[in-house]
Amino acid sequence: MIELAWLIPLLPAIAFFIIIFLVRPLRLFSALTAVVAIGLSFAFSLAVLAEVIWRGISMEQPLELASRWLALPGLTVEAGLLIDPLTAVMLVVVTSVSLLVAIYSIGYMHGDPGFSVFFAYISLFVSSMLGLVVANNYFQMFFFWELVGLCSYLLIGFYLHRPTAVAANIKAFVVNRIGDFGFMLGTFMLFLGFGTFNFLELAEAFKGANPAFLTLTALLVFCGPVAKSAQFPLHVWLPDAMEGPTPVSALIHAATMVAAGVYLLARGFILFASAPQAQLVVAYIGGFTAILAATMALAQEDIKRILAYSTISQLGYMVMAMGVGSLTAGMFHLTTHAFFKALLFLAAGSIYHALDELNIYRMGGLAKSMKITSGTLVIGALALAGVPPFSGFWSKDEILLAAYSHGYAGLYVLATITAFLTSFYIFRLVFVALFGRERAAFHAHEAPGVMTVPLVLLAVLAVVAGFVGAPFVAHGFGSFVYFAEPEHAVPNITVMAVSTAVALLGIGGAWWVYGRRQPASEPLAAVAPALHRLLYHRYYIDDFYLWIFRVIVLGLGAAFNWCERHVVDGIFDGLADCIRASGRRLRRVQVGRLQSYALVIFAAVVIIVFWMALPVLGGIR
Amino acid sequence: MSGFTLQGILANVYETGAFWLLSLVALGAALAVVGLKNIVHSAFSLVLSFVAMAGLFMLLEADFLAMVQLLVYAGAISILLVFAIMLTRRPEGKMQESNPFGRYALPAGLVAFFLFLAIAALVLRVSWVSGPGVPAASTVGPLAEAFLTTYVVPLEVAAILLLVALVGAIMLAGGGKR
Amino acid sequence: MIGLGHYLVVAGGLFAIGLFGALAKRNAIAILMGIELMLNAVNLNFIAFNRFLAPAQVVGHVFAVCVIVVAAAEVAVGLAIVLGIYRRHLSTDVEHFDWLKW
Repeated sequence: MIELAWLIPLLPAIAFFIIIFLVRPLRLFSALTAVVAIGLSFAFSLAVLAEVIWRGISMEQPLELASRWLALPGLTVEAGLLIDPLTAVMLVVVTSVSLLVAIYSIGYMHGDPGFSVFFAYISLFVSSMLGLVVANNYFQMFFFWELVGLCSYLLIGFYLHRPTAVAANIKAFVVNRIGDFGFMLGTFMLFLGFGTFNFLELAEAFKGANPAFLTLTALLVFCGPVAKSAQFPLHVWLPDAMEGPTPVSALIHAATMVAAGVYLLARGFILFASAPQAQLVVAYIGGFTAILAATMALAQEDIKRILAYSTISQLGYMVMAMGVGSLTAGMFHLTTHAFFKALLFLAAGSIYHALDELNIYRMGGLAKSMKITSGTLVIGALALAGVPPFSGFWSKDEILLAAYSHGYAGLYVLATITAFLTSFYIFRLVFVALFGRERAAFHAHEAPGVMTVPLVLLAVLAVVAGFVGAPFVAHGFGSFVYFAEPEHAVPNITVMAVSTAVALLGIGGAWWVYGRRQPASEPLAAVAPALHRLLYHRYYIDDFYLWIFRVIVLGLGAAFNWCERHVVDGIFDGLADCIRASGRRLRRVQVGRLQSYALVIFAAVVIIVFWMALPVLGGIR
Repeated sequence: MSGFTLQGILANVYETGAFWLLSLVALGAALAVVGLKNIVHSAFSLVLSFVAMAGLFMLLEADFLAMVQLLVYAGAISILLVFAIMLTRRPEGKMQESNPFGRYALPAGLVAFFLFLAIAALVLRVSWVSGPGVPAASTVGPLAEAFLTTYVVPLEVAAILLLVALVGAIMLAGGGKR
Repeated sequence: MIGLGHYLVVAGGLFAIGLFGALAKRNAIAILMGIELMLNAVNLNFIAFNRFLAPAQVVGHVFAVCVIVVAAAEVAVGLAIVLGIYRRHLSTDVEHFDWLKW
């Protein structure tokens, strides 16, 4: 069974081609093709997970299936599968979320002119992500990494008649390109240094390698996750990616795009573990991103943007977990986050589907009219806020514990503050949008069953997914997905109590500010307008980048343009002018009179005669 | 070759004198061809130069060529030139000014002068050795034999060349009438 | 005693004068005259070489005949060209003819 794992990425790819080339005019059939393909992948993934457990395949003894992809002198690239618990868990997470999103999309995208194409893109997106997950070497991973980037580009710009969508997908592509370039350089460095792309061979080769080289390589490879998982300073693309259809946002944020960066960190964990300085950078970038994005989320009013900054913040958590050395905590949070963030996005999509409105201050009272959506949204919010016993609590607690127990006190404090902010901003959304005053003249209606069923399923997952890694479970997540040695979190009552307390404090604060008074507009704007502006404009980071682009890139461009036109062209124009001018003067020689030519000929004859006669005439004897 | 007899010495003196005389005439007439302002006078000087050269040919014991020189050059070509002068006369043009120097006179003179210097210097530096044998009394017979045996192909080619050239000349000169 | 050198110098002189005429005169017919002088100088060379280097043979004479043929052809064609130009431009002054460019 496990030997057929290569079918998992292949099936959605086949679906993509079937939809594009065969069944595109048949809309429902296209959707079904995608859903069936992803569903089959999900079934296979579950089978792979079961077999991994049953066969006892562990992190130390992975199963590798590889065949040669291309072989040149000095360069061999494999195409292969690397199946270990990490892969198996990731496969299940990706396929399950993708399947639910795909089903949900049938309802959400109903009536869209690009319905079939949408499902084709979704299939390709899932396929690329799965290919990335099962990759057994950096080269293959990079290949699918780029495919994921391409699909995200296509889907963010799905509404291509909207200028903002086009701008957003270009932004996503360009920002990702910066990170991808670093990742590519890192991959090349690995090949230069160790002569292979293979994960397992590299893991062996790292022993006793030059630490400075490893640090540099690790930092270059880290550029990839920084862009793809939207870490500071390349986080700017993710909020704009909201321009795509909401299911795409769910997919990007939960399963197929941003998870790739964290997964790369997990897959290449040994590289970072071998380069402590690089790992430190990873940890601090993650921690800083977590709190930065959480503060940004405080002031946003667009429901999808709030969720987007929340994603960045949560990704910061995961990256930080990897940085402090806990692969288990990072992957655990990735798993739970995938479920509850997909849930939140799909719920937001359901609201948008009903109201055609994204600003939370123009919603309100939805708890009455959209019971299922609101209920699932609250469950997702509780999970995100980290209230026990929802899944987010267990995984976030694991990260906090990892930071605490590995001695990163500063990061622990930072992460705890972030946890407070998280619960505050997400319940700000809940109180304003769901329980706030009902605004004038809209009638919200509950979404169709094809949309609510995935919501409910995700809600269930958001509640229970945390238990696989809860401290009281004997052979839980930590003994399955880990680095070096099984982690079994020893429950730390202090950490748990503090995190629960800040989560409840955040909810309480949100209720105090937003739930009790039901403000019609952002109260922060009235109290501290400067701070609100700063947060609302995301610390002006985007504007700073735009300024850099305008001033430096365009300025350099203008300078080079000037240089090109006046210096380079000037040199050639000058050459041409010289030749033309000399030609104009030399043309006078060509007077067109026979005698002048004959004169020149005979003058030359005379000179030649004298020259040849020199020995005879006694010039040179 | 003539021996040290009175007759021989006299023959030598005659020959030397004739050479110098004919050479001077040929060169002088040639200079006149170039220098005279009237093109008709130039043409007559050319005839004189050709005749003097025919005399030089005689001195070189090339009797047939001397005759050909007189007939073709001094006769035919000169007449042709004079006819051409007549045909290209412009009614308003003065014959006294018909053969002026052009703008390249000075450089042309320098080139010609240096060419002459080169030739003269080279010729005078070489000590020429006469070949064996005695020239035939008349060259007509040997020349005819040579042309009809060894050099029959060049002869035919020359004949064709003349034919073609004359046809071409007629085409060129008569082409204007259509 | 008149030797080969004397004749060659005379021929060289004639050739130089002819060249000067061909290069320096404005009248196209005068240029043709110069060319005739040059050809004649060549003939003189041939005959003189033949007389002094191989008196028993007539090779030089054969060459001279060929040169005369070429000269006759040349002067015929040349004068025809001059006449043609004259018909069209009413001039035999080569200073007016500067079309031999571009």
